[in-house]
Parts: sequence; C-alpha cells; structure tokens
Amino acid sequence: MVLVLVEQAGGNAIDPSLQTLTLARSFGQPVHALLVGSATDLTQHGVAVAHVAQHVALGAYAPDAWAAMLNQLAVQLNASAVLAAGTDRGNEVMARFAARTGLPLAANCTSVSPGPPLTVTRLRWGGSLLEEARLNSERPLITVAPYVVPIEPSSMPADVEPFAPELTDENLLVRVVEHVAAPGGGVSLTEAKVVVSGGRGVGSKEGFAIIEELAGLLGAAVGCSRAVTSAGWRPHTDQVGQTGTKVAPDVYIACGISGATQHMAGLKGAKRILAINSDAQAPMMQNADYTVAGDLKEIVPAISAEIRKVK
Amino acid sequence: MRVLACIKRVPITGGRIVLTDDSLAIDTRHLGFTMSPHEECGVEEAVRIIEAGGGDSVVLTLGPPEAVEQLRDAMALGIDRAIHLQTDGREWDGEATAAALTEAIKADEAASGRFDLVFFGNESADSGGFQVGARVAYALARPCVTGLKRVTIEGASVRCEQEVEGGRDVYVVPLPAVLTVKEGLNLPRYPSVPGRMRAGRKPVTATNPVRPEPRLELVRLVVPAGQGRRAESLGTGAAAAPAVVEMLRKAGVL
Repeated sequence: MVLVLVEQAGGNAIDPSLQTLTLARSFGQPVHALLVGSATDLTQHGVAVAHVAQHVALGAYAPDAWAAMLNQLAVQLNASAVLAAGTDRGNEVMARFAARTGLPLAANCTSVSPGPPLTVTRLRWGGSLLEEARLNSERPLITVAPYVVPIEPSSMPADVEPFAPELTDENLLVRVVEHVAAPGGGVSLTEAKVVVSGGRGVGSKEGFAIIEELAGLLGAAVGCSRAVTSAGWRPHTDQVGQTGTKVAPDVYIACGISGATQHMAGLKGAKRILAINSDAQAPMMQNADYTVAGDLKEIVPAISAEIRKVK
Repeated sequence: MRVLACIKRVPITGGRIVLTDDSLAIDTRHLGFTMSPHEECGVEEAVRIIEAGGGDSVVLTLGPPEAVEQLRDAMALGIDRAIHLQTDGREWDGEATAAALTEAIKADEAASGRFDLVFFGNESADSGGFQVGARVAYALARPCVTGLKRVTIEGASVRCEQEVEGGRDVYVVPLPAVLTVKEGLNLPRYPSVPGRMRAGRKPVTATNPVRPEPRLELVRLVVPAGQGRRAESLGTGAAAAPAVVEMLRKAGVL
C-alpha cells in the first residue's frame, strides 16, 4: 500500500491533496490516507482506508509532529511509498520526514513510474525545466507538484479508522502560536481576474502611476517583475514569478517585462497574456497571446483613455 | 551572536533555458551566475542581525571552485568570512548536500563556538529540493522553521512569521535554531565599492568533501513544451488601444 498525507481547509481536502491521491494510484497498490484532526469525505478518490490522527496537541499546526505521525503510520502499515502535495506544508512535512528517516525525497513530482527502479519526473526552476530522476530508496518519499495532475475521481467506500500517534515535547516545539490576519482591501494578486504588471521598462517608482490607473479602471491587481522589487519600486508582495506570487487571471497585461524564466514561472495559470514592450524580440513578446509593440508610456495611457470612452 | 548563512550558486537563466548536449545540465557557457534569490535574503538578514547586536557572521556553500564568487558577494554585503565545500561541478542531491553541510557546521562550531542561527533559502532556484535546511536542522537537533518572511530575535528566542492563506502564521522557537527564508523577508542591499574591496581580503576556508552516490539520481533534463501561445499582434503604439479594448471585452473582463 501507499500512504498519502491529505491536507484540509475548511473541512475539505484541498485540491493539491486530491491530485496527489490521483497520482498515488499509479503505484497500482491500495491507497491509504492520513488525515490530521478530523475526517473528510474521500469516497470519490480511490482511498481504501482513511486514518484519522487524533491527539490533544494537534489543535495547532506542528510540522515535526505531522512528520512523526506520518512516519509512525508508514512503519505500522509497512507503506511502500509515502506521498504528500507539494504545498508549503506538504514539502516541509516531507522534508522533516526524510530527515528523521534518512530517506531520499523527490519534491514536486508530476509523474511516477513504479519501476524498479522507481523513476519520477519533477519540476525544477519553478516548472521552467523538468527533471527525470531515479529514486533509489526502500521507501520512496514524494511530493506532487500542485495543479499539474488532474483529479480523476474513483469511487471507493473508504474505511475510516482512528489513529492515535505518540508525540513527544520535541515534536511540538515548533508549532503555530499565533495567526495574524492579513489586512483587507485591494484586489488580491492570486484571485484577480485581471493583473496589470510592470517591469524594468516602467522606468521608475513614479512610472507605476499609469499602471495603477489602468488597473483601477479594470478592477485589476497590480503586479511587477523581480527587477522592480529589487530596485525598491514596488513591495515584494506585488512580485509575480518563481520567488513571488503565482497568478491565474483571465488576462495578464505585462508592461515592459522582458519575460525571464523567473517571471514566466508565475504565469502558467494565466488564460491570456498581453505583452506591451518596445523590444519585439523580448521573450515576453514571443510567449504572449497578444502583443503591442511600442512605448508603454504612450500605450498604457491610451488604453486607459479608450476604456473611459467605451465605459 | 554567531550567524551562518548557507547559499547556492545558480545560473541566471534569462528568457530560455538551453541544455548541454547530454541533457544532464543547463548550458551555462553564455550565462552569468548569482546566489539563489531566497538565500540572498538570508545573507542580508544575517548581516542585519550582526549589525544590530554584534557578533560574527559566516557564509557557507557547497559548489564548484567558481562559487567563491558568490561567497565574495555575500562578504561584500557584510559577512565576515566564508567556508567553501568544493565540488567538481557535478550535482549533489539534497541528502548528500545536507550531510556535507552538517559536517562543516559541526567542525566550525567545534573551533569557533555554536551558531545561534543558521539561515537557508526555503528552496534553491534551480533544483528546488525543499529539504536541505530541514535535514541539517534535524542532524544538529535544532528547531527548524521554514518559508519565513519575517524574523525577530526576542532574547533567547526567535519569532518567525510565515505567509499563509489569509495572513501570517507565527512561531516562537528557542535559539539555537535553523531558519529557511523566502524572498521578501527583506530587500537585500547593493554591495558598496568599499564592501567589495574588503570582501576580497576576507578569509575563505576551502575543503573537498567526497561526493556520495546520489539516491535521487538525475537521468536527464527536459525543457517543457511551450504553452502554445500564438503571439497575435494587436498593433503598434497608442493606435493599438481600440484593439486591446476589444480583446478585453471578448475576454469578458470589461
């Protein structure tokens, strides 16, 4: 059997965990799930047994405790592989699991061939490059890149079993002690339907006034490239890319952005990309759906004026 | 305070990744190199902590002889000295990297005293293994908090903030600790000219650890197919504005 850590939000399994359950079936073995704290319905996801971990200390997220539980259950069930979603939590829990068991870990995989030898395909450079690798391990540890593997429903009446982990004080040393809510207001980059984004070509901090004006007219979020945050023109929270935010708008408007792989890694979820750039050879202009060549300082205000005319 | 920042040398890939003929590496003949972005923030944070509270700072890397450039970059920002675990240029997997770094940290601590904080990037820009910091922390039996966007020393503890859905999660752990950080933690300074000159005179200790056989073994790299975007021109200059508005309308966002 293979064991999958299933994360939950608001009482439901998160999509990246359901994607992981789909990929786990490629081992051709029964799939067991570990749920932490409370059960959730997994009957459409090919799960033979859902183990629900309950412990008085599990009210606050504690990554070492999650790793310890996952290991205890993997040993108890003699799991032939252990998987989790390649989310922040999934990756950190699996890294801690790998550390305490001395096993290799393949992070952000997109496919698995059970072998032997087991081979995986995994993301590098935030998805700009793929790696095929052999995972030489008696118990392969794998995280699954989010939003790459489509969820394939598979009906199976999952048995639900309680699981009582043994946790030490050391497992609970690193735990969430406080949650600070984000200040409200503004359009969130991750959820915006339109993102108007500026790069080095905007020229200055003040140059973003025309970007903000267009974003305001479209109800859009303002984004930027890494060059812009490094220059201090915009805060890092506006940065789109591999080390910034990954966006999935209906339309992404890239103004004066060259289109380095660092930036493009944040755009894979964008439905349509409009590139505005004075350099027709810029990678952004080659990798967009629509292009306007020329000076963004003329083009962006002209688009704003045109929107005002038709609104 | 003693603070260590661990970094990795990575290529600056530009607009398109080109592989070597054997598909085992990126063709870097025409590329520059840098330290991985998250780690640059780890270096900056280490420098700020020492500036504020006194003490000494060290930068550590495992990489080819040329990685001394990134060690000098870190020292130009204010780090006092460097440890270089030299490789022959072949890649080390996360497990092997963590083992070599752990050994180097233990050796340095035996000679110079314990590090109160060890900084890593949350994941490297290139191989993205998401594990070296957690492995080193476990081997040193120290608490590890990952993916941090804010770090505040509070006496013998450190307050750590992680960006999560809807806000920030806060952890408070005792020192010594291992922290993995993300870009956005701070805005790294540009090195000054005197900083660069001083960096050239700061000490670098080099050793050559033996590379174990990787258990996560690279078979080949593949550049993924493009997303098939067709780059339709809507015109040139301000005259293209009506066509843009038409496109926005068709996309249902106007």
